[in-house]
Amino acid sequence: MTDSKFPTVVHNPWRGLRQYTPARIGLGRAGVSLPTAELLEFQLAHARARDAVHHPLDIEQLIVEFQQIPEMSALGPTIQLQSQAPDRACYLQRPDLGRVLSESSSSRLQSSKTGSAEPPDLAIVIADGLSARAVQQNAPAFMRSFLQKLAHDCPEWRVATPLLVEQGRVAIGDHIGQVLQTQQVVVLIGERPGLSSPDGLGVYLTHHPEPGLPDARRNCVSNIRPAGLGVEQASEKVIYLLKEARRLGTSGVALKDRSEEVELTVSERGNFLV
Amino acid sequence: MSGQYTYRMGFQTMDFRDLGTLMAKATPERSGDHLAGVGAASAEERVLAQMCLADLPLKTFLTDALIPYETDEVTRLIMDSHDAAAFAPVSHLTVGDFRNWLLSDNASPEMLARLRPGLTPEMVAAVSKLMRNQDLILVAQKCQITTAFRNTVGLPGRLSTRLQPNHPTDDMAGIAASILDGLLYGNGDAVIGINPATDNVAQTKRLLTMVDEVIQRYDIPTQSCVLTHVTNTLEAIEQGAPVDLVFQSIGGTEATNQSFGFSLATLKEAQEAALSLKRGSVGQNVMYFETGQGSALSANAHHGLDQQTCEARAYAVARHFDPLLVNTVVGFIGPEYLYDGKQITRAGLEDHFCGKLLGLPMGCDICYTNHAEADQNDMDILLTLLGVAGCTFIMGIPGSDDIMLNYQTTSFHDALYARRVLNLKPAPEFEQWLRAMQIFEDSDRVALNNDIPAAFRHSLSGPRRRA
Repeated sequence: MTDSKFPTVVHNPWRGLRQYTPARIGLGRAGVSLPTAELLEFQLAHARARDAVHHPLDIEQLIVEFQQIPEMSALGPTIQLQSQAPDRACYLQRPDLGRVLSESSSSRLQSSKTGSAEPPDLAIVIADGLSARAVQQNAPAFMRSFLQKLAHDCPEWRVATPLLVEQGRVAIGDHIGQVLQTQQVVVLIGERPGLSSPDGLGVYLTHHPEPGLPDARRNCVSNIRPAGLGVEQASEKVIYLLKEARRLGTSGVALKDRSEEVELTVSERGNFLV
Repeated sequence: MSGQYTYRMGFQTMDFRDLGTLMAKATPERSGDHLAGVGAASAEERVLAQMCLADLPLKTFLTDALIPYETDEVTRLIMDSHDAAAFAPVSHLTVGDFRNWLLSDNASPEMLARLRPGLTPEMVAAVSKLMRNQDLILVAQKCQITTAFRNTVGLPGRLSTRLQPNHPTDDMAGIAASILDGLLYGNGDAVIGINPATDNVAQTKRLLTMVDEVIQRYDIPTQSCVLTHVTNTLEAIEQGAPVDLVFQSIGGTEATNQSFGFSLATLKEAQEAALSLKRGSVGQNVMYFETGQGSALSANAHHGLDQQTCEARAYAVARHFDPLLVNTVVGFIGPEYLYDGKQITRAGLEDHFCGKLLGLPMGCDICYTNHAEADQNDMDILLTLLGVAGCTFIMGIPGSDDIMLNYQTTSFHDALYARRVLNLKPAPEFEQWLRAMQIFEDSDRVALNNDIPAAFRHSLSGPRRRA
């Protein structure tokens, strides 16, 4: 027994309010500092996010999983490409290099075109981005759902052979789109990992892609992961946006996702402090 | 031809094309300047540029505009508002001499305050490039800037915090839970400021009303802010929303601000609208600005300048509107601008120094993203250094984790750590409130009450109890 004057760890009775927010509230304190368990929980979350940034894609595994999707293998074997960023350290400091294909990848893409008579309606690019884990974990499920819905909704669309890009940024889709002369491009990419969401996949779409387009010309469906937006809902949104972009002849800020507006209905009476 | 910006050492001659090039080459290393292609190519070139810069007369910056006067309204603001009389005490100095002067005992807090209108951002940026981290801390500590709205921010021996109760869907119960957490950890005297997930006028009004009700219900001597675009806030004011502070992210070039969708005239209009509401009780500083190195390059609006010089120019914009708060969001932008903890630390100290020397109530969002080479230990270092430097305010967020913006900043606990080890207190009006509400048991020791204060007991069960 010690006769301490102060409790070592003070717990916060409002911790139960966590049911209303994913924020790290009510952590308690040792003195005024984080208790050990809460400190280590944070460190683990950060370690996972760091690993998500730095672990490379397991390309072979990913290709195997893509091949198991009938609608995907029907489009031909996935083409593997690299950006001009040779490694992660360079990729992180030179986003400009992540937006352009390496020379050898450029010529591989060029040669993949020969034989096809007309340019495609849609090209699909899968890039590691800032979280290979997000791509590894969510891209196959998304592709399965997306291609099934696409085959059902838009059977007449010519879809190019899917492309897998290492060390790629979102705008690499613009470069690829230009080479393929595709009407639209969607880029599946690992999003910047959050502390509590290291595995979010983003899908960006651009109508009439060409290098140098501002981000304002893109639409995005983000946070696709098991604990976030499900793949079924996400692929529905993407197809909706693709169709709308074709109708309007453009993408980006001019194209609003009306299905988003439902989320505006926040609980107005939730402010329990007053 | 050897120009004005040539440096000779022995047989070596370094020729810098223009003042902007010299400034960029003299900047301590950071990834953003390499991304822009303006940084020094070698460590030696950097120091030679610093030597050249040290010999440059300070007044050069009054005649050689880094961005032409004719094409940039920030340059015009800087030049037109320069006070030659205030500049007189240092007008004969070189940049290198100016560093010595700032460190000397001639540069008293009173002297530095009188000098402010005579300094341009470029002079301040230039001298910072010659200074070590400890110089940046020492001089910043001598600069005292006090502002006020419902409390007084920036007094010596005080460290304020912005309570940042963000929620990924702006859920009211979620935001309320984070506000409660922050208040019970003694945070929120700089502002209770929400980054809205849904960024439009209707949502801004809803959130403003929500925080205003909390401030009124508990009579908290603090102010609220929804960090939305200045034009949204203007519209909210017109529609009768309870706006305390007008927020805007600002940059150091006209083109950057254009990419953010505003001009100096927009800010003026918003400031006047907020002033007309007369909601401040102890002061009328109604503006809140955020800045950050790299924003100009990111908007492709940097005019070939280095990111730290662009950042300092943003402070000219800020000081024109007498803000209550300015903070540099130092590590948010990512490793392509500030690669690691070392670069983030340096940038945080530079920004705080430059802002303070120009007369701003400078705070810092001490932060990093998960793709930067940085972690909590780096933030602990910068927090401690900025606490010593007299930083006006920092962010406070539950457990360092911003679940809406996906980055890590300082936590409620971090603020208490800094207050405890450096003997810093919240703003005096807020400190008194914390005692009265029995949140602080002993504010001299920075000791929290172990029991939940009576006024907040009803909140423990959240919205269900009241439904």
